Amino acid sequence: MSVTTASGIDVHPLDLRAMLKEAGITALVIFALAAALVGFETTDIPGGIGINTRFDDVAVVVALGFFGRIALILLRVHRPGPVLIGAPVLVVVMLVMLLAQSLFGPETGAAVQRFLPFQDPVVLWGLLFVTVVIGIRAYLSRRHIASEESAQAREERLDHFAAQVQHAARFLGPALLAFALLFPFLPAANRHLLDIAILVITYIMLGWGLNIVVGLAGLLDLGYVAFYAVGAYSFALLATYLDVSFWISLPFAGLMAALAGVILGFPVLRLRGDYLAIVTLGFGEMIRVILLNWYEFTGGPDGISGIPRPSFFGIAEFSRSSDNSFHDLFGLEYSSLQRIIFLYYLILAMAMVVNLFSMRIRKLPISRAWEALREDETACRSLGINPRNTKLTAFGIGAMFAGFAGSFFATRQGFISPESFTFIESAVILAIVVLGGFGSQIGVVVAAILLIGMPEFFRELQQYRMLAFGMAMVLIMLWRPAGLLAHREPTIRLFGRGKSLESKS
Amino acid sequence: MTAQAAAAGGAPDAEIPGGGAASITVEHLTMRFGGLIAIDDVSLQAATGRITAVIGPNGAGKTTVFNCLTGFYKPSVGRLILHHPRHDYLLERLEGYRTAQDAGVARTFQNIRLFPRMTVLENLIVAQHNKLMRASGYTVLGLFGFKGYRDAEAKAVELARYWLDRIHLTDKADWDAGNLPYGDQRRLEIARAMCTEPLLLCLDEPAAGLNPRESHELNSLLTYIRDQHKIGVLLIEHDMSVVMHISDHIIVLDYGRKISDGTPEQVRNDPAVIRAYLGDDEEGGGGPS
Repeated sequence: MSVTTASGIDVHPLDLRAMLKEAGITALVIFALAAALVGFETTDIPGGIGINTRFDDVAVVVALGFFGRIALILLRVHRPGPVLIGAPVLVVVMLVMLLAQSLFGPETGAAVQRFLPFQDPVVLWGLLFVTVVIGIRAYLSRRHIASEESAQAREERLDHFAAQVQHAARFLGPALLAFALLFPFLPAANRHLLDIAILVITYIMLGWGLNIVVGLAGLLDLGYVAFYAVGAYSFALLATYLDVSFWISLPFAGLMAALAGVILGFPVLRLRGDYLAIVTLGFGEMIRVILLNWYEFTGGPDGISGIPRPSFFGIAEFSRSSDNSFHDLFGLEYSSLQRIIFLYYLILAMAMVVNLFSMRIRKLPISRAWEALREDETACRSLGINPRNTKLTAFGIGAMFAGFAGSFFATRQGFISPESFTFIESAVILAIVVLGGFGSQIGVVVAAILLIGMPEFFRELQQYRMLAFGMAMVLIMLWRPAGLLAHREPTIRLFGRGKSLESKS
Repeated sequence: MTAQAAAAGGAPDAEIPGGGAASITVEHLTMRFGGLIAIDDVSLQAATGRITAVIGPNGAGKTTVFNCLTGFYKPSVGRLILHHPRHDYLLERLEGYRTAQDAGVARTFQNIRLFPRMTVLENLIVAQHNKLMRASGYTVLGLFGFKGYRDAEAKAVELARYWLDRIHLTDKADWDAGNLPYGDQRRLEIARAMCTEPLLLCLDEPAAGLNPRESHELNSLLTYIRDQHKIGVLLIEHDMSVVMHISDHIIVLDYGRKISDGTPEQVRNDPAVIRAYLGDDEEGGGGPS
């Protein structure tokens, strides 16, 4: 017997035994894992290493697993009630205990906090966060049952929101650009903020570049950082071996990266989806390992240092004492900020080029063919579209932009080593694209600010960065798998935008 | 020429049942998958400006013939000659996508293969990819917004509009193709194939899942294509109301062999066809109607 609510969800009667059994199995699995991992801790004791036992922590972990599972089961069978009560209670209790010292004074506070299961505050805050998420899910689930809103309707609402944001981006974009242009001259802008801004814009540029490959062409590339590395090393090697200036080697670096993209593209074209992702991942590692081991040429793990800083378009140098220095040319006082501001404008201009390119190419047949290939490759072949060349173009163009960004990175840092081009970088760039929404230009900006800018302000939590990343990804997958601001605007319309919206509603 | 005679030999130079000049000539087509012979020495011809139907019981190898013709399979044996005004193309030697790009063979699929998250209009524009790529100077010129490309795009939209009017989907042009009703999706797929401006249109069960009214609309669309665009139409179909009404020429396959080839009248009365459809018992009579 099941009851069907107004929104068409079956609410089954609760099978208590099955529920306890499932939660029990979960608890058992967690115990098996936690007994060894959490239960014992090595500590330094005079004269060697001793073992601490932490069985109380194991008990807490197992209990958390047990009750967490029950909460998930309740959500699964659409009975969010108990979770809706339990989660807030737990949140309040934990908050009170965490803030006990400031609430009740240090002494009582410390006494209260002794009852806390773990002593590491970050773990506790993490736990609190998870509880809040489960609570929010319970609330959403309850509202969902009550409001008759189907999953499709919700998806449409979110898509509509993303569409409005994208539409607003037409006015917001120039406003943002104007702000970005004025930013270095704001009184609040200091060296630290400018550095962060340069970093964020670099990732925005990389995100836009990867968006062409992943968002438009639908080719999941987990080794994007390889092209970034090719660009960086192309410039660094040209500059140190042949003394070529930044402005001359910039196009060359892009070309080399595009070539690397095409070389990678050829053998992997037949692969789709997960297989492609694995191969690109491997390719990314290959490039890094080559850079690491080709000691005579690339300097191996020592990297390349003394990469020249960019000049002011080859006219003047940013240095205190030079024949033709920037501040002399413009009759300014020397300031080390001048170079930073120049770098800032440089990366801003490069990112805008990528943005302009991405927006223009969407209206061209090549971009439509990318999207069509993503949708259905077989149909594309039946229409006479060459899948190989079309995919190679996407790979090549995406790689080229990474190459540009790479040479900027090299000239900004003055030193590069293979350490800067690990898989984590690829993952971060991909996370920006996924979080922002496939194919959404403004989404990439928002996601880059969230994922790159925010951590810079919370440096003390550095070691939990990947944890937060993972959690953000899981939440996105639950809430909106296509990405926060994913919305596909048609590249061409027979009627105006207004008419089609009208006919849809 | 009797149906049996055609089935036995299939001399390519013979006149095509139903008339017209040959659009495609298939000679001794054989397709093996490991030990399985899906098509066994089939020769056939389809004419320009005529509708040729390929029928047969399930598993007769109809779709395999299509896949060979449209470059999705490489035949084990045989020649596929497409008679193009410029020169003849040997389809079996062309790389898959070139069959559509150069030789002008377009197709639809048994299970509809549109681009569901692109709009109806975009589906039709993507079909004109190669023309537009040339116009956009392989993207380079298009990036700078040269007039040549904008004109070409306007022309492409015009052609798309023409076909949208034919399939009565003009007012849904900006809908996502995936949101269209089933019958509309079928017609859109045909329009998309026509937007490649083909010489030979291959339709794989275009009437599958259509109601009688939609089926009737399909008939008039196909006859319109035949009469106005003078191209060869080759279709696989189970719906005999479609096959018998509009085809000029019918080819019957069974177990990978051609068992009959002729006008609808000839095929309808061919004992071999009746046997294939109704079994050995001669009492059945009537034929596949």
